Amino acid sequence: MTRLLVRGARILGGHPADLLIEDGVIRQVGSLGAAEGVEVMDADGLVALPGLVDLHVHLREPGREDAETIATGSAAAAAGGFTAVFAMANTSPVTDTAEAAERILDLGRASGLVDVVPVGAVTKGLDGAELAELGLMARSRARVRVFSDDGRCVHDARLMRRALEYIKPFGGVISQHAQDPHLADGSACCHEGELSGRLGLPGWPAVAEESIVARDVMLARHTGSRVHVAHVSTAGTVEVVRWAKAQGIDVTAEVTPHHLTLTTDLLVGYDPVYKVNPPLRPQEDVEALRAALADGTIDAVATDHAPHARHDKEHTFVDAAFGMLGLETALAVISDLMVRPGLLDWSDVARVMSTTPARIGGLPDQGRPLEPGSPANVTLVDPDREVTVDAAVSRSLSRNNPWHGRTLRGAVHTTIHRGTVTHSTDTTVMETAS
Amino acid sequence: MTRHLLSSADLSRTEVLDILATAESMHDLQRREVKKVPTLRGRTVINFFFEDSTRTRSSFEIAGKWMSADTINLSAKGSSTSKGESLRDTAMTIDAMAVDALVIRHNASGACHQVAQWVRCSVINAGDGTHEHPTQALLDAYTLRSRLGDLDGKHVVIVGDLTHSRVFRSNVITLKTLGARVTVVAPPTLMPSGIACWSATDGFATSWDLDAVLDGEDPVDAVMMLRVQRERMSGGYFPTAREYTVGYGLTRDRLDRLVARNPDVLILHPGPMNRGLEIAAEAADSARSVVLDQVSAGVAVRMAVLYHLLAGNDDAPREPAELETSTTGASATAAPTQPEGVAR
Repeated sequence: MTRLLVRGARILGGHPADLLIEDGVIRQVGSLGAAEGVEVMDADGLVALPGLVDLHVHLREPGREDAETIATGSAAAAAGGFTAVFAMANTSPVTDTAEAAERILDLGRASGLVDVVPVGAVTKGLDGAELAELGLMARSRARVRVFSDDGRCVHDARLMRRALEYIKPFGGVISQHAQDPHLADGSACCHEGELSGRLGLPGWPAVAEESIVARDVMLARHTGSRVHVAHVSTAGTVEVVRWAKAQGIDVTAEVTPHHLTLTTDLLVGYDPVYKVNPPLRPQEDVEALRAALADGTIDAVATDHAPHARHDKEHTFVDAAFGMLGLETALAVISDLMVRPGLLDWSDVARVMSTTPARIGGLPDQGRPLEPGSPANVTLVDPDREVTVDAAVSRSLSRNNPWHGRTLRGAVHTTIHRGTVTHSTDTTVMETAS
Repeated sequence: MTRHLLSSADLSRTEVLDILATAESMHDLQRREVKKVPTLRGRTVINFFFEDSTRTRSSFEIAGKWMSADTINLSAKGSSTSKGESLRDTAMTIDAMAVDALVIRHNASGACHQVAQWVRCSVINAGDGTHEHPTQALLDAYTLRSRLGDLDGKHVVIVGDLTHSRVFRSNVITLKTLGARVTVVAPPTLMPSGIACWSATDGFATSWDLDAVLDGEDPVDAVMMLRVQRERMSGGYFPTAREYTVGYGLTRDRLDRLVARNPDVLILHPGPMNRGLEIAAEAADSARSVVLDQVSAGVAVRMAVLYHLLAGNDDAPREPAELETSTTGASATAAPTQPEGVAR
């Protein structure tokens, strides 16, 4: 049985302590001595966080294994400090049955690098017409709790209402891709504003997101159910969510690292690497999102990791695929953007990237405090290391990385998933105590 | 001027004026019996049209042929989709044939910008989606200048479906470059998003009221009517053709009022015209209409653009004076303008 002593890590950025990990569980925390047969990892200067949890990734398997597989996506996740990821349902075939969900669970377990948690489709085939077998997915070995038609909006109000009601007995949540398809159809690809006007690109107005979120929080109130807003991108959505929370409505929200950082003006050169849904928004929205993450209105960071084969991005801007990579860079972006300027401290990062997403997604083994008895899901972060992102270096099969060339401060050092080191930037720090 | 012509914003005032001056020489050529000059002999120009076009494609083809370039027309149906060849593969395939220029018409905004990043040849934007159409703006400027002279301070009104118009986007840039005052008119649903900020930054006026502009304090020197596609009605941009015409059409009544105020007013339309919708037959056919002048200028302007892009980028750059020699010679075939080292 492996025993691992992580020595001197600052827990949530606080005082240094040692963590003894045995049989996949944190056994002791404190000032500990090395015993025989214990591997020792020197974590001096590193910050220890509970393993990161991503509520929103696209792993492309089954269907587009040329762009990503559960194995490669898991490797990217581990490299990014994640110990659990929620795999969206828009695969081919769609994850809309218990069998499909269990298959993803099993493929994730076979890879063994992170917990791969299937998200179930809300509607059969993501068609927005009939409910998928939500209950069977919930009762399956995959224990599906998060349901989403992500990529598409559950835009029929009656269907959304029924879905919210139906998932209550098993504590489910609907993660809504908020996009009114009449206000922003499939061609919409640029934030509607001056730049979309100048570039002649189909506009994706903020109101297409905000009006759905406003409707959904009212439906959540009406049904007494739980709704989660995927990839919030506008200041108006933040206002709606803030209001809804003040009313006691059971709503949570996530934001992506790219919506916290990148802005619409990157589209000037029509480079499809910046094409994402919802689109990159202007600076005012970006700032509102940062503030909302800092003040807790937005509950979680989720990457919306969306790998694409190179040729699917080398079309004209309107025809190119939506989405960008995110798993490997998320922590560095949040560190550089939110921690360095003091908008979040490391315990906040633990909250928005681990504890809260684990709670929203119903994962009892994830996002637990770093104390004896907790499953040993741990992410060690080097808060001072600067990394320059190189799109060519990635565990993902895809290269649609919008962060290429950026230098970010703060990097994942080591990821421990259920007691096993699944990623480390520096293998020399590991030595076996004699 | 760079290697490419992708946007009207690529051209400074001097460059626009240079091209238009060259176009004048080219226009003279058009009136001669033998129209061919050897200027671009040995050069290959591909007209790659991903979208149907009659006048733009034929005018680029004629322009290339009259300058002795080998011109080849390619067309591809519809937009590239994930099922088809990627735009990059298409562009690289053409570029691998060592062509000199790629004239691209595409139904997707930005397609020419993307292609220009991948290829070695010159790229000329012959209309990309709802973005730009820089040679149209040049030929419109040519047409206006041939009647009005210097455009400094002239008032040009552009009316119609601005949202979907690449003609508007390029024209507003080139007209401002040449010092004209521009007012654009459309119902709110056909105004591009963010136009309030955009017009303030770029210095043009906007209005929802055509009559207020035509009858306003600022006399109108030219009116450019844009094509309104009937399918916009199904998109809910306006209720009926009749209502559009009443609000925004260049009707006989509006023509009469324009001419009464300014007998020299010019009527432009990039074509194809929807007679009876955005422009009445009386206006299209009136003595003030320069619609056919625009078409005629199209060839000369595109010759000038090809000349400036291609004749300037080889080992033996030639001055426009040399071209002058060729175009003023008694016989084009005798003109001594064969450039050195044309083989590439």
